[in-house]
Amino acid sequence: MEGKLIKIVKRDDISKSVFFLTPILAIILTLISGGLIFYLLGFKPLEALKFFFIVPINNVYGFSELLLKATPLCLIAIGLSFCFKSNNWNIGAEGQLTFGGIVSGGVALLFYNQEGFYILPLVVLAGAVGGMIYAMIPAILKTHFNTNEILVSLMLVYVSKLLLDYLVVGPWSNPEGFNFPETRQFSNSARMPILFEGLRIHAGIFIALATVIISWFVFYKTYLGFQMKVSGFSLKTAKYAGYKGKTMILLVFMISGACAGLAGVGEITGPIGQLHREISPDYGFTAIIVAFLGRLNPIGIIFASLVVALTYLGAETAQIFMQIPKYTGQVFQGMILFFLLASDYLLFFKIKFLGIKKNEL
Amino acid sequence: MLKKIFRYFISSLFFLSVTSLSANAEFKVGFVYVGPTGDHGWTYQHHEGRNAVEAAGMKTTFVESVPEGADSERVIRQLAQSGHDIIFTTSFGYMDPTNKVAKDFPNVKFEHATGYKREHSNVSTYSARFYEGRTLLGHIAGKMTKTNTIGYIASFPIPEVIRGINAMTLAAQKVNPKIKTKIVWVFTWYDPGKESEAAQALIDQGADVIMQHTDSTAPVQVAEKAGVWSFGQASDMQRFAPKSILTSIIDDWAPYYVERSKAAKNGTWKQQDTWHGLKDGMVAMAPYNPAMGSALVKEVEQLQKDLASGKKHSFTGPIYDQKGNLLVAEGKVADDGMLAGMSVYVKGVEGDIPQ
Amino acid sequence: MSFDISFIGVVIASIMASSVPLILAASGELITERSGVLNLGVEGMMIIGAISGFALMIVTGNLFIAIIGSMFAGVIISTIFGFLTQTLLTNHVATGLALTIFGIGMSAMLGKNFVGIPGKEFPVFFDNLSESIPFFGPILFGHSIVFYFAFILPFLTNYFLKKTKIGLMVRAVGDSPDSASNQGINVNLVRYLCILYGGAMCGLAGAYLSMIYTPQWIENMTGGRGWIALALVVFSTWNPIKILIGAMIFGGITILQLHMQALGLRIPVQFLSALPYIMTIIVLVVISRDSRKIKLSTPSSLGKSFYKEK
Repeated sequence: MEGKLIKIVKRDDISKSVFFLTPILAIILTLISGGLIFYLLGFKPLEALKFFFIVPINNVYGFSELLLKATPLCLIAIGLSFCFKSNNWNIGAEGQLTFGGIVSGGVALLFYNQEGFYILPLVVLAGAVGGMIYAMIPAILKTHFNTNEILVSLMLVYVSKLLLDYLVVGPWSNPEGFNFPETRQFSNSARMPILFEGLRIHAGIFIALATVIISWFVFYKTYLGFQMKVSGFSLKTAKYAGYKGKTMILLVFMISGACAGLAGVGEITGPIGQLHREISPDYGFTAIIVAFLGRLNPIGIIFASLVVALTYLGAETAQIFMQIPKYTGQVFQGMILFFLLASDYLLFFKIKFLGIKKNEL
Repeated sequence: MLKKIFRYFISSLFFLSVTSLSANAEFKVGFVYVGPTGDHGWTYQHHEGRNAVEAAGMKTTFVESVPEGADSERVIRQLAQSGHDIIFTTSFGYMDPTNKVAKDFPNVKFEHATGYKREHSNVSTYSARFYEGRTLLGHIAGKMTKTNTIGYIASFPIPEVIRGINAMTLAAQKVNPKIKTKIVWVFTWYDPGKESEAAQALIDQGADVIMQHTDSTAPVQVAEKAGVWSFGQASDMQRFAPKSILTSIIDDWAPYYVERSKAAKNGTWKQQDTWHGLKDGMVAMAPYNPAMGSALVKEVEQLQKDLASGKKHSFTGPIYDQKGNLLVAEGKVADDGMLAGMSVYVKGVEGDIPQ
Repeated sequence: MSFDISFIGVVIASIMASSVPLILAASGELITERSGVLNLGVEGMMIIGAISGFALMIVTGNLFIAIIGSMFAGVIISTIFGFLTQTLLTNHVATGLALTIFGIGMSAMLGKNFVGIPGKEFPVFFDNLSESIPFFGPILFGHSIVFYFAFILPFLTNYFLKKTKIGLMVRAVGDSPDSASNQGINVNLVRYLCILYGGAMCGLAGAYLSMIYTPQWIENMTGGRGWIALALVVFSTWNPIKILIGAMIFGGITILQLHMQALGLRIPVQFLSALPYIMTIIVLVVISRDSRKIKLSTPSSLGKSFYKEK
């Protein structure tokens, strides 16, 4: 058959309606295929989907937990979007989060038996600076030695996790804690203020929201945002335009490192309250997916972080109420991500239906 | 003022939802696992315990692979909220979250494995005297080794692990004063590849008896291949190394889980700190390998009986630490407080505890 | 025990055995990356290979079918990645990470009935020679066919990339997709095939773990080896022969660390474990400083999608 039924054409410009419609299409596809998986495994599909997407957030506590889980994802993804927009592939946010956590945890531990209004700001600042410094390693290696930042930032993740391991097993472990791999509890002054009695949602969410607003402003209203966009589009053009590429690379890495560091601070001074071996269930990696799902747009990232956080809560709830094994949740989660990523295709390409001529059949 | 009203509104909504969910009257038991039920180690054994509770006619729920970070508190709370009457949290890292949630749900009973904090009257802790099993392993190992070298794969330098190393070494020394214990710390509870590399390294350095305080079956498989003796951990691993395994220490949580769940159901549940061993069956031994010879099997069976009855104790003085300081005087036995906080090696163990 | 020559031979043999999955996965990923595709789903593909190989071994009892099946499973799961990144032009990094999440979940789902079953014994060659010849015996004999394949594979890969027409095509696609396309090469097709090949090798690497190295199925049994394989590709500067050297260094650090501990030496375990990653970064810095060198080794379109207007 010579004539193709459909033709795929690159879109010249991205239409607004498609921009918002594709995620919805992806979600519908996800629901259908997820329902199918649950059905094949012998669960009632509609009930399973209900426990996955509705039950986790049908009360205030659940909703607050959703926000709690989405906060670090959103914060890191916003930071990463600075890098990704300008063609800098920082995939080591997990390492920057861990290092930020280590530095801020170290400061918090210095004050473990003290109270004071100045402690929390110091701890938060330390976390941001820690993440920033750690992100500067791949940035400086890139600007000065031309190394691939994807690989350097990835390698550094493991280095920082091993450093944390060393600290909590060894020198920082709680002297009264029977050698268990964890530090002392932080003092109350080093903890993020809880917003509502009985819930765990803490002031860290304001940091995330502030970052969203600032980044929106930077992306769309400043010269830096324009520079990032041009560099992202073509490094050569950026060079012609005379942008100081190196400064920008350093800057976007510092921003994203600081955001990841802050996410680490939020976790250890919020719900955890001490350092131990697992301060993050790979938020830094999940946030990469969040950044892409949110199309590197601050508002999009808010929604994406909520959706991804919901899939984690959903997997828990589905296991509690329907005894759906955890791995089914993971498979489902993987599929959601595949569909959402694939829906990007419709954003940049359109499908033309050419119709079928009779003689071809 | 507005803020106060808002707060009140929020918290009332929050508790409304709690009560509406827990209105369901059926008795339910919840379990929180740190690993997947398919790990064939620590979590697997807790899951077997859960199956026993289910078999005893009670409804159960479990959540597996719950990270010990911020997520565990939410899972525990959700179980409490959704009408579970007793909740077993089966990893050390759940200690603080368990106590936090227990504060908000005074009517729900909480059981935390291997921890030491009982901050509220509805929190109990439980653990097993695995060291009693280690004493038996030490006795067997001391008799079976030809190279006088015992290889020990250790996870983290916490008291439980150090207690195991010490108990094993003391028992082995008693029957064979020449033995040496070689220790490798792998800093993981569960990584088959790494555990088997550690086992291989110990065998290459002359150990002809291998034991491990990690969860996978990998070390016994390596031992089988290399033709040295080994012991199973957590569950009966005999079928993974039929020739090499002399016995296994089995964590049998089932009787405890059934008993405590029943107590919660009948309203007879009371806070306690349980530390059961061979006597109550929380620690059990798999059948002894006939390759040990009938004389040794009889000896070990007698020792097992004596440990269970309390006639003998794993830590009977005189016990010295590595520097020669007296830890337990002659004729005395170590008390539970000392055992719980054990953080030095006894004399005869080589090397340092990692700091 | 003494430090004689045969002891050293035994230690080298155990280092080699532990580096087999790294060599297999890294060799596969190397071809994928050479074509310009960065697939971070190595861990996910390995674990799928591990369960597929083990399950087929138990169900069919045929080791050959199990080994081929594990590679086929790797191909199937990498097809998802290929379809998304090549046909739908999704971002490589995000898709690879999603593939890992999916693979780990999927393997647990497939493996739920295989927990706690011991694997079959895998045949090894000339086991008797391995003990009777000092030093060379344990290194050369007493290993499985996959072991030998792993140590030949880097040489085959090297030959393929440098001497064969298709190999040159792969490199052309990775270095400059635009000009390759202008010469009439179907860039996306070449990349597809490279992704599938990478999947097959990662599947085999997983099967080595579950069928030969520690013959059993346990959830998450790959334990992060996929990420080390990724580091290894970079460490080798995309040179297949150097993968062998890198794998021996990476594996050697782990094994020697265990031996030092068993000797009662006090060593910073975490620092030694971090060493492979730090060394990889240093190697990257060294090769990247020289722009000529980096051009020779790094596939310059790595991680970037290619789209041709039709």
